[in-house]
Amino acid sequence: MLERAEIVRKEYLRHDKKFPHVWCPGCGNGIVMGALLRAIHRSGLEKDDVVLASGIGCSGRMPTYVDFNTIHTTHGRALTFSTGIKLAKPELTVLTVMGDGDATAIGGNHFIHAARRNLDMTAIIINNSTYGMTGGQYSPTTPFGSKSTTSVYGHVEHAFSIAELAVTAGASFVARSTVYHATHLEDMIRLAIAKKGFSVMEVISNCHVQHGRRNKLGGAVEMIKGFKERAVRVEKAEKMSAEELVDKITIGVLADVEKPISTEQYQRVINEAKKKAEKIAKEKEKNGIKRYEE
Amino acid sequence: MVHDTKSRPAAKPEVGENKTASAPSTAQQKKRKLHRVTFYYKWCKSCGLCSAFCVKQIIQTDKNGLPFIANDDMDRCTGCRFCEIHCPDFAITIQNKYPERRHSDDRQ
Ligand SMILES: Cc1ncc(C[n+]2csc(CCOP(=O)(O)OP(=O)(O)O)c2C)c(N)n1
Ligand code: SF4
Ligand code: SF4
Ligand code: SF4
Repeated sequence: MLERAEIVRKEYLRHDKKFPHVWCPGCGNGIVMGALLRAIHRSGLEKDDVVLASGIGCSGRMPTYVDFNTIHTTHGRALTFSTGIKLAKPELTVLTVMGDGDATAIGGNHFIHAARRNLDMTAIIINNSTYGMTGGQYSPTTPFGSKSTTSVYGHVEHAFSIAELAVTAGASFVARSTVYHATHLEDMIRLAIAKKGFSVMEVISNCHVQHGRRNKLGGAVEMIKGFKERAVRVEKAEKMSAEELVDKITIGVLADVEKPISTEQYQRVINEAKKKAEKIAKEKEKNGIKRYEE
Repeated sequence: MVHDTKSRPAAKPEVGENKTASAPSTAQQKKRKLHRVTFYYKWCKSCGLCSAFCVKQIIQTDKNGLPFIANDDMDRCTGCRFCEIHCPDFAITIQNKYPERRHSDDRQ
């Protein structure tokens, strides 16, 4: 029997790609990729039934390495590609991995409208509080006062909470975890995949190279330890006051609601429209009018 | 990435002190589940996460930052897999009850 890590390495990674991967030593993207692969393995999905799409950014490199149907799309537009794939082939499990800049800056509108539409897809957003790939500019999730290459005197704007944004925009399932809580993260991703409807998984990750270094947060080890200290489970967070929750990371399932899924609703529209078209064609034949295509 | 793996220091002496506590007697060994940790050095980037987070603190690093477990310490591994799932580079494998527990340190 293959051991767990062996299964992930042997079955799910593309060995014709260059390993070790491009991410910096200690980058959380690799931990998220591992959790995602284990979650998919545990969900019992066939590799050919899974689609992994991504935008541009460090996180966008993930589909390159994994052996599913993959597509590396343009910056911010990954969800639009996923939407098209899901509508054309509703039987596929469509996952989209994005960075925080990818999902909430350039792709912000796509993100909130994908949530509002409630397609049956899963979005995994790796939130490392910065634009990692392009050299550490501030992103919509860079905390107030943080330094970045575009906020050298400290950031003057306020940050988005991606998970709360998703809840408000109407996603069916929203969860948050961190790269420290890798097992929790795996469980949350599994729930997000299993959920019918638009699921959003926000993963708090470390970019110690661009964000950590500029803000004296230390290296990968210190940043990931910080997530451990700052994390609070939702059940506990509900009993805490707003002041106590300042600078804390609430982890767990933040929203889980049932509502009609637009991919299924589209199928209903397709079926009804087909029926109607057939009826019209039959009536025309009965009345002696030849069908256009004949 | 080229690592000078041959010239790594021998297992640190402080670890030897743990020997009495760490090397269980044969009777104890039979009761406890044993594990073998293997590092895949071709993919390891010496990030230091595994050595920082190991619950038993048995993972050491050599002067190139490559992780290794001294042979005496291997039996103290609880098999929690924390290091395995937190290695961003898929470079650690934990095996249960490996029959002839070989060395964890097969870098040469
Ligand atoms: C249309 C477009 N605009 C800008 C860029 C440049 N660009 C590449 S990656 C990136 C930011 C990536 O940041 P994020 O999405 O947070 O991902 P990370 O690298 O942090 O994982 C930007 C602005 C681009 N590739 N395409
Ligand atoms: S720049 Fe940041 S996000 Fe990109 S690989 Fe390096 S640590 Fe990871
Ligand atoms: S966590 Fe992985 S990549 Fe980092 S030092 Fe340990 S084995 Fe190497
Ligand atoms: S499995 Fe647990 S105890 Fe064993 S080396 Fe890894 S972190 Fe340490």
